[in-house]
Amino acid sequence: MRRAVLFMVLVSIVAACVNAAPETPESLRLLAHDSFAEAVTSDTFAAFTEATGIEVEVIAGSDAGSMVNQAILSKDNPLADVMFGVDDTFLSRALDEGIFLDYESGLSGQVPEDLFRGAQGVVTPIDFGDVCINYAKDWFESTDTPVPTTLDQLRDPSYAGVLTVEHPATSSPGLAFMLATIAEYGEEGWLDFWADLKAGGVGVVPDWNTAYYTDFVPYGGESAMVVSYASSPPAEVIFASEPIDEAPTGVIEAGCYRQVEYAGILDGTSYPEAAGQLIDFMLSVDFQETIPLTWFVFPANRDASLPPEFTEHTTLPESPAQLDPATIAENRDRWIDEWVSVMEG
Amino acid sequence: MLSTEQLGVSLDNKVILHDTDLTVADEEIVAVLGPSGSGKTTLLRAIAGLVPVASGDIKWDGVSVVDIPVHQRGFGLMFQGFALFPHLDVAGNVGFGLRMTGTDPDLVGTEVSAALDWVGLGGFESRRIDDLSGGERQRVALARTLAPRPKLVMLDEPLGSLDRHLRERLVVDTRALLTGRKVTGLVVTHDREEAVLLSDRLALMREGTIVQTGTLEEILAHPADAWVTDFLA
Amino acid sequence: MRRVRWGWVLVAAIPALFIGYFFVYPLVRILSLGLSELDIRSTGVEARLLKVGWFTLWQASVSTALTLLVAAPMTWAVSNFEFRGRRLATALVTVPFVLPTVVVGTAFVALGWRDSIVAILAAHVFFNVAVVVRTVGTLWSRLDPNLHDAARVLGASEWKVFRTVTLPLLRPAIAAAASIVFLFTFTSFGVVLILGGFQFATLEVEIYRQAVDLFDLPLAAVLAMVQLAGVTGALYAYSRFQERHTATWALRSDQDRVRPVGATRFLAIGSVTVTLIALAIPLAVLVGRSLGTDSYRGLLESDRVVGIPIASVGNSMLFAVIAMLLATSIGLMAAAVITGREGGLARWFDLTLMLPLGTSAVTIGFGFIVALGWPVDLRASFWLIPIAHALVAVPFVVRSTVPTLRSIPGEIREAAAVLGASPGRVWREIDLPVVARAALVGAGFAFVVSLGEFGATSFIARPNTATVPVMIFRLLSRPGPASFGMAMALSVVLAAVTAGVVMWIDRARAGEIGRF
Repeated sequence: MRRAVLFMVLVSIVAACVNAAPETPESLRLLAHDSFAEAVTSDTFAAFTEATGIEVEVIAGSDAGSMVNQAILSKDNPLADVMFGVDDTFLSRALDEGIFLDYESGLSGQVPEDLFRGAQGVVTPIDFGDVCINYAKDWFESTDTPVPTTLDQLRDPSYAGVLTVEHPATSSPGLAFMLATIAEYGEEGWLDFWADLKAGGVGVVPDWNTAYYTDFVPYGGESAMVVSYASSPPAEVIFASEPIDEAPTGVIEAGCYRQVEYAGILDGTSYPEAAGQLIDFMLSVDFQETIPLTWFVFPANRDASLPPEFTEHTTLPESPAQLDPATIAENRDRWIDEWVSVMEG
Repeated sequence: MLSTEQLGVSLDNKVILHDTDLTVADEEIVAVLGPSGSGKTTLLRAIAGLVPVASGDIKWDGVSVVDIPVHQRGFGLMFQGFALFPHLDVAGNVGFGLRMTGTDPDLVGTEVSAALDWVGLGGFESRRIDDLSGGERQRVALARTLAPRPKLVMLDEPLGSLDRHLRERLVVDTRALLTGRKVTGLVVTHDREEAVLLSDRLALMREGTIVQTGTLEEILAHPADAWVTDFLA
Repeated sequence: MRRVRWGWVLVAAIPALFIGYFFVYPLVRILSLGLSELDIRSTGVEARLLKVGWFTLWQASVSTALTLLVAAPMTWAVSNFEFRGRRLATALVTVPFVLPTVVVGTAFVALGWRDSIVAILAAHVFFNVAVVVRTVGTLWSRLDPNLHDAARVLGASEWKVFRTVTLPLLRPAIAAAASIVFLFTFTSFGVVLILGGFQFATLEVEIYRQAVDLFDLPLAAVLAMVQLAGVTGALYAYSRFQERHTATWALRSDQDRVRPVGATRFLAIGSVTVTLIALAIPLAVLVGRSLGTDSYRGLLESDRVVGIPIASVGNSMLFAVIAMLLATSIGLMAAAVITGREGGLARWFDLTLMLPLGTSAVTIGFGFIVALGWPVDLRASFWLIPIAHALVAVPFVVRSTVPTLRSIPGEIREAAAVLGASPGRVWREIDLPVVARAALVGAGFAFVVSLGEFGATSFIARPNTATVPVMIFRLLSRPGPASFGMAMALSVVLAAVTAGVVMWIDRARAGEIGRF
């Protein structure tokens, strides 16, 4: 008899403990890459905390690729509840490893369909950035050269010789531009395009930093065109040391590639519902409208309006290049190798 | 009273001491005399506990000390190179042993001054080791060894590194000091004259073992073998 | 003497546990994870391995040789002569060593040196001159000048003396310095990546590419092991050379340097000046690019977009202090064990402690994720950062303290024991006071190493508390001239703090062993 009572007491204690586990956590962990984490301030998620009472703790994981791998390596015991920042070049890998918990945000309808790249119902696009060739207006004006409007025109040495691109193996925009050329010319023609660029004297650098801040004409370099972002001209205006009316650089719409960044719930989280709420928050118009000036990318939610610096100083291409994530995952290594053998062979 | 019985010590698979028998009576000073390489220093180090004993025994007042660790044996050893602590001043060096054995700090100061007086270095308490001459260092080393009043005092070539004049002067002072303090002592030297002047009795050492003990006269009168005669000539 | 010294066991256990749990265990976990999926027959592996491995070996050897050559004149000058600014010069030459590669890479690129093997080699020399100057210089300044004079009297020309007397005596130090420089250049990452473009890939770069870009863990694991093998070889050579001390009769206190005169003076001061100028040029570029855009003010102001970059300095300082305390205590314990026991075990312990310096940061970072979830989930913890820093700082503490500990004559410890000091007491009364200065130097190095650490920090998942190098890297990735200027300004701040600490270290070194 006494043993039975003891047993029941134990069971009810255990039951009480289990039921006492809170449905709403005190804080959620968000795994993101350094570029995102860097601009996070106490204000970033303040509205979310106010509305739900949940704090957001950001875990930084170096660059996007490393971050995804960290998530994969820890999938049995995830490092965070939500991961943000996996882009279309790494999405396929993440999906294949099954690290996400399927989720469809209530606001998904406000996101253009093509941004999902087939991952609807699993991950949610939060922002996109267009990798485009930027050109220095001054140089084109002073040399009286027309700004190119197609990729084909770049084959001409007078353009190729003043163009700097980044190496696709070491640079994300570099990879994006390479993918853009593959999207444009297909498997048969893209290497010829690059051979022409090489013959024309195109410059190749390891990273965006070098391309933009060392090779680009506005910074003392010799290249009138570099592969950069559609958000770079607005950035020039915003960060100019003295106020200027017009951006010194512009965007060439041909050859732009649209990179999308996604957020997903990590499978194994103890708080899937709260995690979903966080993703909804990141897709909400209020948060989306802070994106351009904080991270210099574009909001995925079409209802979010852009700040004037963005609408005035840059243009978003109507049909930028995009490739299916699975195709990218399958062929990227081979493509890079082929690119290397053409450019360095 | 110290006694070693058939003491054997090996280092790196080489036999350094074998079948070594030696006794030192209370208040007696024995000089271990022998050519370099005969194992004299090793004998002292073995008694102090710095090298392990391979065979035989070391006894103090009939009780084996072989299993007692170095710092608990209560013996004193003055090293050949003096081994003064460079980062402590004279008082720090001389008082070291007293501090280690837990002597009351006030008492330490008095004892240190007393020890420095014994060796004629009164007032040297705050001097730096760096600034001392060779003779002064020898005396500080001696004071350091004697200050804790160890039951056995061992001196390894106490005058070896000093020049001739200094040696002649100090050998007399050292002997007087040891006798005056009624020290039970073991002195190691390769110099016959020093051995005789510093000790009551000689122990001749050759190739790792004691070949004969006794006063100089006794040994000369009845040498154990031709080597002894040659060596003492 | 026959009883087990429990004190020793504890002292050895703490550093062993530290390196075991935070380095060996994660390394083994991540490597075995990779190797378990290895398909030996996968094509192209061998060819790539050979090409990359050969390049890594080749550039490391050439870099080492060049560094020795370039550092020689200045080493000669600061070792043998006294002149105004000597200490300052020795401190300044150390600054490049602790700068993050991303900063140096940017400076070199700005100078126009990139995409070439020359740029890589030049950057390697830039970083590592300090290692040669300090390691060889310490020994050289303690060589007895009487040996040199005796040789001259016997008829040898200066050059002959150098070749037949000085050089052989310096060999242990030269070999030690060469091993360290080889280790650093063998595992070079940032320099090769930024300055070489992609055509030059070292094992480290390739590991990064395989592990991160392509997520080919098996191949990355194989490469990591090859790299470890090379590193272990270099370290083994280094430890053997360390043990060969120059005969003590050839040494003297390093206080009595002479002031040079005439032609010698010109040569001495000249070599120091030229070397420092060469090292200063990239740094000057940094300073130059940091000025003029209000960048320094920008660091202090809260920019609504970027937050306060200068706050990263606070973070870095905090981490550096923790890492310094950790590394110094663990390093001292390790040094005690290494010097307390001669022989194979001590040498391998020493070697293992140095391995983090030569292990791919990517590997360590991923290893942490895989291994440190149990028993306590440290994986995204604040503590991982100072721990990772301590892992690479411990070797510096050990390297600073071991020679000093080894130089304590055994007799002194024995004398203390005979006078009644138990083994623990001997350590406290004799070793610790003597090694205190060297420990301070080691602590200082641990501090600056932590300040400039980038690799391991960036590859571990961590709370969003940026260190200065990470902040610099982030700023460099942001668009806008303001960010770039701030990155340069922050780099200058980092260089200045580093220089300050190193100069302070050198003051503390003033009383060397020679005094005893």
